[in-house]
Amino acid sequence: MTVTRKILCALLLLPLAAMSATGDLKLDRAPIDGRDLISLQRGAQVFVNYCLNCHSANYMRYNRLQDLGLTEGQIRDNLIFTGAKVGDPMKIAMDAEDAKEWFGAPPPDLTVIARSRSSPAGSGADWLYTYLRGFYRDPNRPSGWNNVVYPNVGMPHVLWQLQGEQVLAEAKQQAEGYMRTVLRPVLDKPGTLTAIEYDRLVADLVNYLDYMAEPAASERKRIGIYVLLFLGVFWLLAYLLKKEYWKDVH
Amino acid sequence: MAATEKQPVTGAGPFNGILTWVDRRFPLIQLWREHLSEYYAPKNFNFWYYFGSLAIVVLAIQIVTGIFLVMHYKPDAAQAFASVEYIMRDVPGGWIIRYLHSTGASAFFIVVYLHMFRGLLYGSYRQPRELIWIFGMVIYLCLMAEAFFGYLLPWGQMSYWGAQVIVNLFDAVPLIGPDLALWIRGDYVVSDATLNRFFSFHVIAIPLVLLGLVAAHIMALHEVGSNNPDGIEIKKHKDPQTGHPRDGIPFHPYYTVKDTLGVAVFLIVFAVIMFFMPEFGGYFLEYNNFIPADPLKTPSHIAPVWYFTPYYSILRATTEDFMWVLAAAAIALAALIVLSVKSARGKIGTAAGTAVLLAGFSTLDPKVWGVVLMGVAVLIFFFLPWLDRSPVKSIRYRGNLYKSALAVFVIAFVVLGYFGTQPVTTAGTVVSQIFTLVYFAFFALMPWYSRMDKTRPEPDRVTG
Repeated sequence: MTVTRKILCALLLLPLAAMSATGDLKLDRAPIDGRDLISLQRGAQVFVNYCLNCHSANYMRYNRLQDLGLTEGQIRDNLIFTGAKVGDPMKIAMDAEDAKEWFGAPPPDLTVIARSRSSPAGSGADWLYTYLRGFYRDPNRPSGWNNVVYPNVGMPHVLWQLQGEQVLAEAKQQAEGYMRTVLRPVLDKPGTLTAIEYDRLVADLVNYLDYMAEPAASERKRIGIYVLLFLGVFWLLAYLLKKEYWKDVH
Repeated sequence: MAATEKQPVTGAGPFNGILTWVDRRFPLIQLWREHLSEYYAPKNFNFWYYFGSLAIVVLAIQIVTGIFLVMHYKPDAAQAFASVEYIMRDVPGGWIIRYLHSTGASAFFIVVYLHMFRGLLYGSYRQPRELIWIFGMVIYLCLMAEAFFGYLLPWGQMSYWGAQVIVNLFDAVPLIGPDLALWIRGDYVVSDATLNRFFSFHVIAIPLVLLGLVAAHIMALHEVGSNNPDGIEIKKHKDPQTGHPRDGIPFHPYYTVKDTLGVAVFLIVFAVIMFFMPEFGGYFLEYNNFIPADPLKTPSHIAPVWYFTPYYSILRATTEDFMWVLAAAAIALAALIVLSVKSARGKIGTAAGTAVLLAGFSTLDPKVWGVVLMGVAVLIFFFLPWLDRSPVKSIRYRGNLYKSALAVFVIAFVVLGYFGTQPVTTAGTVVSQIFTLVYFAFFALMPWYSRMDKTRPEPDRVTG
């Protein structure tokens, strides 16, 4: 038996040895809260002003923004800059063929971008939060911008006036017990916002993108509680019924 | 004439009249008795026996939610992805229906894998239940087909490239491969034509077959009676007065109430997942599948959904170097068979078969053998009733040899499943290769180790 046990243990440990950690970039945790309506409203504002020109959100209707505590009138007056009706989806005028020529690839639709960017490294929100703060000046790129999260991305730094310009600089990083030198973006020329204000703005935008990826998410969790309460009662009744019927089985 | 001889239905209060009317024209009471109120099931069913009824519950969830999804889904390459998001946003309650269906797909495989594992634990596939096992295995194959076809429908990147990879496997078939793959796709790449035919298979062809097989599975079960954790036949000890097994209890009400309790617990787990973690860490809904299918952009890492990954690992493990290991394993197995069989014809047949196999190993592309191994890994389950030569059925009375073999097999299945979800690494491939050998050894060596195993005597009557 001891030999079999040893073989069993070896078989169990073998796969663990092959699961080595990958040296991917660490994503910052996005400080978002889906219940914070002020943050979501501000995020929506940033979204329609800065993103919704090149990026569409074809599956999201403007009037769905009532989820964020806005009225249809407020949405129509403050968030729609095109001729769209309030019940229309968030479409853009840019032609995909043109976009391909200008950026190398058409900018993706952003409706469910927060869900698609999730990975074992972090949530989609974490990815977006790190990405939108990870642009730096790179003269080798056609747009003049590069990104630490998404190297050689076609997208230029749209929020550069707010954040300012970052450049890559060497920094020391503690990694697996030893210090190593890594390249990190650091602020070179400040923008109109301070670093803290910019992080807050990006967090609000990411909060909104996260909401837009699944507008039913908060309702889902709310209903889920009631479903579980119901199932708890159902379980209790089923348990008592089973006990009652089975008391004469020996 | 028989109709007039039937007794009127009693005990249903105001419904006695109508039920009597129906029973005179349809074997209502007979069916009720044979399959529920007088179907005697062993009284010692444990935890592992919940998963049969749970599989029926999940099947019902999938069919009902599927009907509603089809009302809003568009099987059109230009509209499919958008129609799923339309269901998630604009259809009232649409997200509940969709999450029920997507969580249900994974739940189906969890339940079915545990149901099959129960069969391995207690020898439920053994004589006289071989046909139940075979029907069950065909159900499993249908389920895999159903899941594969259904996974293309959301038309995300993983839907698209997963289908592309799997259909391309048929390319590997000698001679007719490319034509076969073309015939399956209906186009040179996965396209609208593929989506339409997969939709057709997913919503009608496979479910139809599935329902027929489930009926056959249950009819065969009720013909021979259920096995139990002791692996002994309860029909050997019948009460001489009633003619019912002494260790049996009527399925209704005993197991209907017990299974209701199982359903309650299952639904609690199910609800926690679908309401609070519907993506289940990217395993139930893959993150990449939230990107619309793009035929021009191959994802760097294509992984099937978790329930296919053990087989996917076996496919990927079959590299050119691994063919030498496989050849050595085939020769070793052939030698074992030649030493074990008595007849000269058996010895010659084994040697000839092995020679043909080795010739195939050296001529055909390793990719072909990867596909073959993947297929064999699934189909080999069919042969369990004849591979298992143990004098006892249940793990309770088997020796350490079988217990260890089963434990190692489960580890192999899980480990292969894990590496199937991961990108290819050298270490991962080596581990997958080792566990591929372990996986096949469990089946290939079973005729020997199951017989050599030190078993304990089975009890006369069922225990606790």
